[in-house]
Amino acid sequence: MSKYTEDDLKKELETKEYEYGFYTDIESDKLPVGLNEEIIVAISKKKEEPEWMTDWRLDAFKKWKEMKEPEWANVKYEKPDLQKISYYSAPSNKPKYNSLDEVDPELLETFKKLGISVDEQKKLAGVAVDVVIDSVSVATSFKDTLSEKGIIFCSMNEAIKKHPELIKKYIGTVIPKTDNYYAALNSAVFSDGSFCYIPKGVKCPMELSTYFRINEAGTGQFERTLVVADKGSYVSYLEGCSAPSRDENQLHAAVVELIALDDAEIKYSTVQNWFPGDSEGNGGVFNFVTKRGLCEKNAKISWTQVETGSAVTWKYPSCVLKGKNSVGEFYSIAVTNNFQQADTGTKMIHLGENTKSTIISKGISAGKSQNSYRGLVRINPRAKNSRNFSQCDSLLIGNECGAHTFPYIETKNKSAKIEHEATTSKIGEDQIFYCNQRGIDTEKAIALIVNGFSKEVLNKLPMEFAVEAQKLLEISLEGSVG
Amino acid sequence: MLKIKNIHAKIEDKVILNGIELEIKAGEIHAIMGPNGSGKSTLASVITGKEEYEITDGQILFENEDLEEVSPEERAHKGIFMSFQYPIEIPGITTTNFIKTSINETRKARGENDMPAKDMLKMLREKCDLLDIDQKFLSRSINDGFSGGEKKRNEIFQMAMLEPKLAILDETDSGLDIDALKIVANGVNKLKSQDNAVMVITHYQRLLDYIVPDYVHVLFDGKIVKSGTKDLAHELEKKGYDWIKEEVNK
Repeated sequence: MSKYTEDDLKKELETKEYEYGFYTDIESDKLPVGLNEEIIVAISKKKEEPEWMTDWRLDAFKKWKEMKEPEWANVKYEKPDLQKISYYSAPSNKPKYNSLDEVDPELLETFKKLGISVDEQKKLAGVAVDVVIDSVSVATSFKDTLSEKGIIFCSMNEAIKKHPELIKKYIGTVIPKTDNYYAALNSAVFSDGSFCYIPKGVKCPMELSTYFRINEAGTGQFERTLVVADKGSYVSYLEGCSAPSRDENQLHAAVVELIALDDAEIKYSTVQNWFPGDSEGNGGVFNFVTKRGLCEKNAKISWTQVETGSAVTWKYPSCVLKGKNSVGEFYSIAVTNNFQQADTGTKMIHLGENTKSTIISKGISAGKSQNSYRGLVRINPRAKNSRNFSQCDSLLIGNECGAHTFPYIETKNKSAKIEHEATTSKIGEDQIFYCNQRGIDTEKAIALIVNGFSKEVLNKLPMEFAVEAQKLLEISLEGSVG
Repeated sequence: MLKIKNIHAKIEDKVILNGIELEIKAGEIHAIMGPNGSGKSTLASVITGKEEYEITDGQILFENEDLEEVSPEERAHKGIFMSFQYPIEIPGITTTNFIKTSINETRKARGENDMPAKDMLKMLREKCDLLDIDQKFLSRSINDGFSGGEKKRNEIFQMAMLEPKLAILDETDSGLDIDALKIVANGVNKLKSQDNAVMVITHYQRLLDYIVPDYVHVLFDGKIVKSGTKDLAHELEKKGYDWIKEEVNK
């Protein structure tokens, strides 16, 4: 008997469509591949969304159709065929749990494989985890503690139904539907994601955490996250990703919007470990993400990211410093090995007076990889006395990799102060021999040197994340020196 | 402890060591002297296993084991330590962290567990006292922005922590003022025992006033051309190296 393929599924679906109508339950609960208005309506229906959301998606789709895929990034890859992707898939039984105890043991097993056992996570004091597996939230914890303070932390899908006024007010306000090709695509087809709202004056008592994972082959992942910190509030949000090995390329086009109202602070930390492809450069995730935060008066947004995964990364977590005295920070470690390509950085848009931004970027390239920092610092005419400090350091391992820096500085106000520092260094044989002579083998020596190089950024991560990040750095550079 | 038999070594196509014979026993201090370019540092490099050097002939035995197939880190695990002439900087890694990694990797190789943090701290404190080192020094990135003297002192500090069987001091005196020299030498003397050995590589006899060798060897053109006691070092100090050259060329 021949293998049951996706095509078979598609055929079956087509047949069943006639038999029972389009929304027939199918075993894998997966939409047929392809992208058109019907699919978008179907996604929206599956999610039981209100009409305004369906219309919002359709509008995004209409705009997306007129857009072109960007080509300015310093990366080369075969463009994914967006008609060959299934835009919705959910675990077959679509479980909805109130606590982690009710989670399917198989799912827990998956977490163990990812190195983040749920048991351990529970113990990690104060971490609430909103688990997103293949687009559908299946478990949310610590909800009660949070709701006592009026904090909303739930899946985007749930938020659309339960808090439409907040979603309507904020979605797409920082990253408009037409912002860029992939953001538009996400707006049209986003499967699920997380929503977080911190009420006025509330300091979120724990780190909020989401773990993402791509589960099924051929399933695009289009997450959408919206974090709103109301006046005078504070939240630290952790996002971790990991994908299992895949032969085919997978597309990941997420959108993350942060809104920090007056005097609020959002700290957003990411550890990204999507499948980078094998050592020959086959497979791996395309990570085309749009992340941006808006700061009102005296607000602060800090992005911290550790990027070790993905075959191609295209990501610029940015801050729009709209309000007076607002602060934007970007701390990044981007590691590329083998054939990985990363074009990542940030944009700091200074609109208000006395706004301040800090950029610390650490790029580490090994193997045959290419690692680019691309950053924009823009000081608008009204942004009097604005300040920026940027530091971009690159570390090279071996002779076949590349490190590139593309800093863009646009100043339209003479009172602005902008500093930019950049260094490039190479792990030298002398450094390695020194470690060897002290009994430290080459792999460990590289890990040590890389850790030292990345320290300024690692220090910005919440404790439990920092440990994980350090491990990731080690794993992703394994075998980088022959 | 260390037996070097007829070692020939080259880097790229340049022959540097040309048949070295040397034996160092436990409890001994040997000084290797010689003019610039005579092969002193190369000798240290081949003992510690630096890969750029190709050994074309001869044998190095450490505790009766041939080191030919032994990697640099394994040599370190066996108890060979070198104080570098130019210690390397590793920004972002504290001296404590570096030494901790070094000790625990060595213990792991010997099948032992990590040193408990409490013991490690105690040992760090003791060795700081022994070498008259301010403990603040330990939280600085290793060798990063250190003065020449600090770097050398850090090397001896690592030696104190690792307690090697054979310590090779490669031009440890270069770049040190007299006070720093005394501190470093004092440290080496305190660590010296009947169970370990020291090989001091130096250009000048100054250091040998403080670390008194049992044997002095003069290296010239990749060969040991003269061996003697510490008096030989004094003679070299007085007469320079030329008379050795003349003697060799006779």
